[in-house]
Amino acid sequence: MSGTLVSTVVNGDQTEFVCQPNETLLEVLRNRLGLTGSKEGCGTGDCGACSVTLDGRLVCSCLVLGVEAQDREVNTVEGLADGDVLHPLQSNFIDHAALQCGICTPGFLMASQALLERNPSPTDEEIRFALAGNLCRCTGYDKIVRAVKAAAKELRKK
Amino acid sequence: MANDTKFRNRKFKAVGTRPPRPDGLDKVTGRAKYGADTFAPGQLVGLILRSPHAHAQIKRIDTSKAEKLRGVKAVITSRDLPDLTDGDSDLYDILENSMARGRALYDGHAVAAVAAIDAPTARKALKLISVTYKILPHVTDVDEAMKPDAPLVQPRVFTSGVSPKPKSPSNVAKVSEFGHGDVKAGFKAADFIVERSYKTEQTHQGYIEPHACLASVGPDGHGELWVTTQGHFIFRNTCAALLGMEVAKLKVTSSEIGGGFGGKTHIWMEPIALALSRKANRPVKVEMSRDEVFRSTGPTASTSIDIKIGAKKDGRITAATAVLRYQDGAFPGSWAMLGAMTSYACYDLKNVKTTGYDVLVNRPKVAAYRAPSAPMAAFAVESAVDELATEIGMDPIDFRIKNAAKEGTQSSYGPTYGPIGIGPTLAAAKKHPHMRARLKKNQGRGMACGFWFNFGGETCTDLNIGNDGTVTLTVGTIDVGGARASLSLIAAEELGIPYERVKCNITDTGSLGHNDMTDGSRGTFSSGMSTIFAARKAIEILRQRAADTWAIPIKDVTWEDGQAIAKGKKHKKLKPLSLNELAAASPNSGGPIAGHSQIVADGAGVSFASHICDIEVDPDTSATKVVRYTVIQDAGKAVHPDYVEGQFQGAAAQGIGWALNEEYVYDENGRLQNPGFLDYRVPVCSDLPFIDTQILEIPNPNHPYGIRGVGETSIVPPLAAIGNALSNVAGVRMTHTPMSPPRIRKAIRGKQT
Repeated sequence: MSGTLVSTVVNGDQTEFVCQPNETLLEVLRNRLGLTGSKEGCGTGDCGACSVTLDGRLVCSCLVLGVEAQDREVNTVEGLADGDVLHPLQSNFIDHAALQCGICTPGFLMASQALLERNPSPTDEEIRFALAGNLCRCTGYDKIVRAVKAAAKELRKK
Repeated sequence: MANDTKFRNRKFKAVGTRPPRPDGLDKVTGRAKYGADTFAPGQLVGLILRSPHAHAQIKRIDTSKAEKLRGVKAVITSRDLPDLTDGDSDLYDILENSMARGRALYDGHAVAAVAAIDAPTARKALKLISVTYKILPHVTDVDEAMKPDAPLVQPRVFTSGVSPKPKSPSNVAKVSEFGHGDVKAGFKAADFIVERSYKTEQTHQGYIEPHACLASVGPDGHGELWVTTQGHFIFRNTCAALLGMEVAKLKVTSSEIGGGFGGKTHIWMEPIALALSRKANRPVKVEMSRDEVFRSTGPTASTSIDIKIGAKKDGRITAATAVLRYQDGAFPGSWAMLGAMTSYACYDLKNVKTTGYDVLVNRPKVAAYRAPSAPMAAFAVESAVDELATEIGMDPIDFRIKNAAKEGTQSSYGPTYGPIGIGPTLAAAKKHPHMRARLKKNQGRGMACGFWFNFGGETCTDLNIGNDGTVTLTVGTIDVGGARASLSLIAAEELGIPYERVKCNITDTGSLGHNDMTDGSRGTFSSGMSTIFAARKAIEILRQRAADTWAIPIKDVTWEDGQAIAKGKKHKKLKPLSLNELAAASPNSGGPIAGHSQIVADGAGVSFASHICDIEVDPDTSATKVVRYTVIQDAGKAVHPDYVEGQFQGAAAQGIGWALNEEYVYDENGRLQNPGFLDYRVPVCSDLPFIDTQILEIPNPNHPYGIRGVGETSIVPPLAAIGNALSNVAGVRMTHTPMSPPRIRKAIRGKQT
């Protein structure tokens, strides 16, 4: 098999890469672009650790092919902060101890951002259902839900 | 004085506060590097071929076609891992588990491995390896495996713990007995007796990060291993022994760890990665898939347990017994022993006897899982205790309070307790508003207790003071969820400086002496103790430097709030010297200022928890929902309360998953049917309520700060707390986990007929 040249935008930067037709976007991000913030927890779309946005829509990057990124916009956890200013979700995850091991954190941040863009004032139940595709085995989700609520409040003030 | 372990009830300034963790920024920006997140020049991709059979003789492995494939740099089988274990049977088990030697012992057992220039080539090469199997009879159920005609899993295993030594091999690897008193007489004296059998299915730790490592071994006998692990020093020692390397020449660096819960205390594919690298003379990266994680690493035991408890009308327990059968997978362990030790640890019993049977089956080698073996025993015991209280007509909490162990009680597993928290957690549960909250329709409430030993062990720590007065704390215990923050708080406390002036690094095996694993809830207990001692040694040097500066004896110098103070009226003109000033002067006053500690941290304090759970059952479908949950646990001392609460909540969530959903399902051929997160369903965000926590602090007298260890105990009570809640709402006694809707429905129907 020969590779395909893909032209795309990753975290706001024009990016080109060559990948195999059967290579996932997650593999491209991690192995070709050096963006290892997105994690592979299952490779089957069950755990959400590889969550990124594609044209603003939340996807599991393990279920998207690299070639599908052509002419699209990909955003990953590495692009979440604005320069040296953390996104309110990021700062609230730290302040609320919403991470223990941290492996699921990039996926939770991306899923939470997608939720808050769609629904700036989610109820507890809406947060829990919006994040039900992201597995965390450390926290019992308690502090994650609290961090997302706090970040939503902060974002609404802006 | 530096190594004085006695609790002295000091007033804390830093310990007990909740500052942001030092590794937080890296973990919310994607910068933190986990097992799969590092790359080496020229690295190869390693993949493992695994047995599709539960039990099979490997008649022949033909790797010739794979070796000829362009881009393949190494193919290995067990022949590339010769037996260097020299009669050490535990080490041999690790070797045989990492790659089958003549026989595949479970579905997922590694039989060969390849290293190739990329993943597609490695995948193609695996398909070119031809293995000829002769399928052998297998057994996966613990009770079936104990029958005399069961297929023998390990012909080299003879039952240990019985005398005389048996003449023929057995699937029963070990028998363990604990207890005291006369249970026969105790049952005779009882007015009420509950006798019941229970089963728990096998669960997996379910860490979100699959095992991953990057190995690099050269022909000069030097090597490096980057790996996600709970204990890189033990990984180094074990891998060096298996590969025939010298310990000092294998440097192991622990990556950030994406969850372990005991599953990353064990060696799995790391020897394979090292052997592939040695053969190819190139770095090799091995990342397990989720399917491999489920099929070949880390599950806990499935069990079958018989309980008998007798009590007087007044609620005093007169006798208690437990027979506990735990499956160890295909290799001997001590999992039933731990079950037999922990089962009645919460209670003050005159007559108690527990017997554990460790049983071999054709399943993956059982690994530690958070308070290993205790949750299953507690499910059985705490369910029976609840049933007995109901029969007597006593409130279940009052019944437990009446029988709770206390200071001076001889525990059911032997030692006599010091100050302990079971009574206080029960009293707190009784007083908790949760206990009085009104239940809605179809809701029930249950409670249960749990115990865990907590461990200490070998620990080695460095503390170095920079010229600017900042402190580098170098530890060798893995940070599984906030330990850097806790240890920085402890260093700041002891030195009397701000938390922000301390940087805690987890270092590689080349930079520090041996450290045991982060397991047994020992991380903050042991490295905390070692940090205190290292800091005290640095303070000695700081005091000496101040004494030299002032030209006074060191006995006249004290250390308070981060500065040296000259004691007494005769020195009142001497202004205190701060750590910053002494550090800045260090190049000209004797050089670097540092403290080092190397200890065996003894005196870990046992820990207890009481949990309260409300559950709602759908009357039509038997679907369940946990609607309220409260954890009350003794921490000894909560160093960083946020992360203590986090441990309580995470442990409870894992226990809830175990109670309601999670189980390994094997088919009649011994193949695992649900090796993925879709079919092995761990609790998701929408399954759980907020989990309330109450931290009790009953100081451990054997730790300078009173720390006990907090990570494990709270996975113990949830199974029974939920079972007891279900019993209260549905009127049925659940005896088999997971208590999934079909099992609840069956129990309700059974009651109706």
